[in-house]
Amino acid sequence: MSNLTSLTIAKAREGLRRKEFSALELTEAYIAEIEKSRILNAYIVETPGKAREMAKASDARLAKGTAGALEGIPLGIKDLFATKGVHTQACSHVLDGFKPTYESTITENLWRDGAVMLGKLNMDEFAMGSSNETSYYGNVINPWRRHNSNAALVPGGSSGGSASAVAAHICAAATATDTGGSIRQPAAFTGTVGIKPTYGRCSRWGVVAFASSLDQAGPIARDVRDAAIMLKSMASVDPKDTTSVDLPVPDYEAAIGKSIKGLRVGIPKEYRADGMSPEIETLWNTGAKWLKEQGAEIVEISLPHTKYALPAYYIVAPAEASSNLARYDGVRYGLRVPGNDIVDMYENSRAAGFGPEVQRRIMIGTYVLSAGYYDAYYVRAQKIRTLIKRDFDKAWSKVDVVLTPATPSPAFAPGEISDPVQMYLNDIFTVTVNMAGLPGIAVPAGVSKDGLPLGLQLIGKPFDEETLFQTAAVIEQMAGSYKAPQWW
Amino acid sequence: MSVDQATVRRVAKLARIKLKEENVARLEGELNSILHWIEQLNEVDVTGVEPMTSVVSVKMKMRKDLVTDGSYPGEVVANAPAKEDDYFLVPKVIE
Repeated sequence: MSNLTSLTIAKAREGLRRKEFSALELTEAYIAEIEKSRILNAYIVETPGKAREMAKASDARLAKGTAGALEGIPLGIKDLFATKGVHTQACSHVLDGFKPTYESTITENLWRDGAVMLGKLNMDEFAMGSSNETSYYGNVINPWRRHNSNAALVPGGSSGGSASAVAAHICAAATATDTGGSIRQPAAFTGTVGIKPTYGRCSRWGVVAFASSLDQAGPIARDVRDAAIMLKSMASVDPKDTTSVDLPVPDYEAAIGKSIKGLRVGIPKEYRADGMSPEIETLWNTGAKWLKEQGAEIVEISLPHTKYALPAYYIVAPAEASSNLARYDGVRYGLRVPGNDIVDMYENSRAAGFGPEVQRRIMIGTYVLSAGYYDAYYVRAQKIRTLIKRDFDKAWSKVDVVLTPATPSPAFAPGEISDPVQMYLNDIFTVTVNMAGLPGIAVPAGVSKDGLPLGLQLIGKPFDEETLFQTAAVIEQMAGSYKAPQWW
Repeated sequence: MSVDQATVRRVAKLARIKLKEENVARLEGELNSILHWIEQLNEVDVTGVEPMTSVVSVKMKMRKDLVTDGSYPGEVVANAPAKEDDYFLVPKVIE
């Protein structure tokens, strides 16, 4: 039965409709593979009982002819999404024991469409990290390894569990979130497809908040079509999130296979950062060549404030995080460490509950928002954000979509990067997209000299995810798909 | 701008995180390396630029001022580390 786990969502959907197998058989195949793949540490909680129950309900709906768009499709859910009665702790010790009494809008949408939950996926603590090394539940292992090497590699982060699980075929697809690159960077590191939609496309209700003006959820999937199917179900207009935008959700799948003849593709010259590795540069040039061959027009553009996006992000994101994470005080939920008085209890609980990276970011955030520094740091960063968005607004008069590398390197080894600023540089190509609220997709486009997957990123106009799927599908067709050889 | 050890202690106090004395020097170094890196933002001329308040140009949605949720105190306190009846329990704050 294990060949059932090799099916994409689109293929599994077909098989289920044709009654070639049942939803329960499909779910059982995944449960068996998850048990065999625990070495990857992608799942922190497995919910086989719930999965079987949901699969049986899917079979009943398939029999009745009332199947939803994701009927019987087994998914992994990032631990950042509230799932009623099931462990939801943002992979932090501070949320010890937390089981929400409500469901996030996004997971609610997925269950409405018939999807099956396999369990909760590992991630960097509170989504703060680029290598999945900050999780309270330990590192996630990338299914990919370098040629002729047994050394473990990181899957990227923060959605490292989502990316690893999708790449290892231990879920059909996964939910993920992206504040500075947390969907696109791990997707690129694992040869999977990840899309961060426009800010406001997916509801943030029930998603543990990191930096509210940047956070946006999206899927990680095996191919572009599956990502389109997932986003269609995840996206919605939600009265419970005031930043959810009142626009109907289009049929993203319909964009796949459309010709890109005449499409104007921008190549931002500022992304040719000093010291870009030759293999990343070659990958980027190859991507542009493929699109040109398919009829697109390649246009050099300028996004002059690109280099300031990352440092400005490391003011805005920690500032918002320090405010959002103020709620973890040991009173209403999570870890409580007693103290001499209530303030002592707060301080003890937060010191024991937050890991070093989260503490560092709360400290930075608290400092840049403190009296006397607010204008010099926070207000200046928000002004630079205006300039970054203005760069893109100007570019959209010349181009329809922008092509860049997704990451500056392929996956690296755990412990290889210990300096915080060096780690932050992983998001150098992705973070501008969050700062400007735009949609971005990472799609596998080649392999490194060591045989590791490399991704390209496409950036779109606000709410133009369709052009991203249309263009990414062309790259995918030219580049082919990537599957890690199974060693586990 | 850079922080000294007294500032590190003050910021930790503001953030309600108890610092171990042996970590103060390490944090001082880490915060300063991040703050120095951020300093490149001072190169940018931001004269007359409005700070961003929203990435998408939409009007703030208003909702009717109605009670649409609630009346389940048991669920609200369900995850509390300490509770009595439907109240959160905390150490004594008023003498």
